[in-house]
Amino acid sequence: MTALSLRDVRKNFGPTEIIRGVTLDIAPGERHCIIGPNGAGKTTCFNLISGRFPISSGEILLNDQRIDTLPPHKINRLGLSRSFQITSIFHRLSVFENLRCALLWSRGYRYSFWSPLWRQKALNEAADRLLEDLNLATRRDILAGLLSYAEQRALEIGMTIAGGASVILLDEPTAGMSNTETDYAMALIRRVTQGKTLLMVEHDMKVVFDLADTITVLVYGQVIASGPPASVRANRAVQEAYLGALEE
Amino acid sequence: MKSRWLILALIAVAIALPWGFYDWQHHRHDGFLISVLSQTGMMIILALSYNMLLGQAGLFSLCHATFFGIGGYAMVHFLNAAGKDELPVPMEFMPLLAGLSGLGLAILFGAMATKQRATAFAMITLGIGELMATAALMFHHFFGGEGGVTTDRMIDNSLFGLTYSSGIQVYYLIVAWTLIAVALMYFLTLTPLGRMANATRDNYERAQFIGYDPRMVRFIQFALSGFFAGIGGGLYAITYEIVTFDALAAPLSANALLMAYIGGTTVFGGPILGAILITLLQSGVSLLSNSWLVYVGVMFIGMVIFAPSGLAGIIQAHGPIQRAGRLGRLTLPYLRLVVPTLALLLGFVGLVELMSFLTIGAAQDKKLVLFGSAIDVHATMPWVVASVSLVVGALWLRFEAAGFHRIWEHLSAEVRR
Repeated sequence: MTALSLRDVRKNFGPTEIIRGVTLDIAPGERHCIIGPNGAGKTTCFNLISGRFPISSGEILLNDQRIDTLPPHKINRLGLSRSFQITSIFHRLSVFENLRCALLWSRGYRYSFWSPLWRQKALNEAADRLLEDLNLATRRDILAGLLSYAEQRALEIGMTIAGGASVILLDEPTAGMSNTETDYAMALIRRVTQGKTLLMVEHDMKVVFDLADTITVLVYGQVIASGPPASVRANRAVQEAYLGALEE
Repeated sequence: MKSRWLILALIAVAIALPWGFYDWQHHRHDGFLISVLSQTGMMIILALSYNMLLGQAGLFSLCHATFFGIGGYAMVHFLNAAGKDELPVPMEFMPLLAGLSGLGLAILFGAMATKQRATAFAMITLGIGELMATAALMFHHFFGGEGGVTTDRMIDNSLFGLTYSSGIQVYYLIVAWTLIAVALMYFLTLTPLGRMANATRDNYERAQFIGYDPRMVRFIQFALSGFFAGIGGGLYAITYEIVTFDALAAPLSANALLMAYIGGTTVFGGPILGAILITLLQSGVSLLSNSWLVYVGVMFIGMVIFAPSGLAGIIQAHGPIQRAGRLGRLTLPYLRLVVPTLALLLGFVGLVELMSFLTIGAAQDKKLVLFGSAIDVHATMPWVVASVSLVVGALWLRFEAAGFHRIWEHLSAEVRR
């Protein structure tokens, strides 16, 4: 049983093949990091898995169910949730409203235009609890667009995990953060993804080797190595292609 | 809550106003006033239902009058059927049927339009609007061609035994339905659908990744907004007892946009403000001037450039300063704007009117009369005075506005601290 698995996934934009046959198995509860140089296709991979773009060939399975033909909202309802490299929130809604929106579908509200939100006690409490978890309680009623960058990143993570998805995809959650902010964000990510399957694209090698159970190295749309951090670090191909800088 | 008092005051004014102008000698209501007030009620519904799309869902629709119009046409046929005792529905519930007609058509067209986003969406709605306008001229049986369809609202079926023979009875029916529609539309903004409509407006893509199909959100929102527009159209038919092409053609769609935008799309009550203002202009200024549409147009352009959040947005921007108790410090800066603004306006209106009397006025054999003395539009003097007033006013206002802006920024910064 795998939480998420890719079988020979390919994607081309016009004549250019961006993802050239990626096969990947991620076990439930695993913390899996994808690394690779710029343009390796990491974010494209995320876009394919989450249904943002259709794949050209291959198969993607979530809990052994094909998802590569589904639209993003249906994939999300099956328990896969993602964040974005460029912060993607509802900037004209308050922080609280952002989180509440992220909770709505999983709590069965669907497209209800008959249940007044202010009377949904359990929902509102859950949104407030989430605010506490994210340390954003003091910013509750501020428009999300007015938050600081680090706060917006925290909100983005909060919205990603709010729906209770079992597989979480985070696309460079610490990009553009200072060292302290990165440490804080990583502690937050560890806390809120406890017991979930985590797939993460990350550039900060310290973060990657600290967090990951498994690391996959993607170069030019192909997996050149995948395994526990120690074996990836020792892999000659990886060192040549990518990690050379770490060798000192 | 202060807004609660404002709402109650507005309702009280709406109910009491006709009696303020009651002619006790002849025991007659002021027909013109009743007609303006009735029109305002329908326009409030139209503008607010339009803002369910523009302001709340970020949908730029160009065919909103379609649903208003279909409500009107359907109402005419409902009333005719009721007059023949074929439709045993009391008058008070009739607008609901008109709303359902709007809903039905909005479900059909909404399914088409909400397949696309942004510009493509706007273009589809433009097509729908033109399609319906053409249909209205082609299918005589239902739409009655250019002459429209007529009816008689005295169907002799009322919950309260009313005949609706007089304008005032119809007006109170409109007040009641306007209140119901406004309350329901407000309620919608507080439901999961209403909130997700905001969310898809802010970030269409993100909504997909929290489990929602943004197209479905927009489709339902579109359909519901058609429902309310249909109610407005139904009230229109009851009031005028005739519905023509005008009730669903593009100018009315543009009017809905104008009212919502000038009033302010970011605040729920904004379009109400816009509907009141535009209806007053339409019925008041149009009596005084041939060029009233020019003024509405210029006002719209001015709003888009200088105050994109509309009147309600301008008022809302004063909130933080008011809460800090510093509104008084804006009095003097505002007063300093008055004279240059007046000069600018007078110059502009003067030029427009001179031009209008030179052409249309001459054709209608009218003379421009100011303060009891006729003004010769062919003389140089009036043109010079108006032009100087316009230019001086504009330059002066620019100078004063810069000063106002500095004080405003200063105050805002102080309040934020």
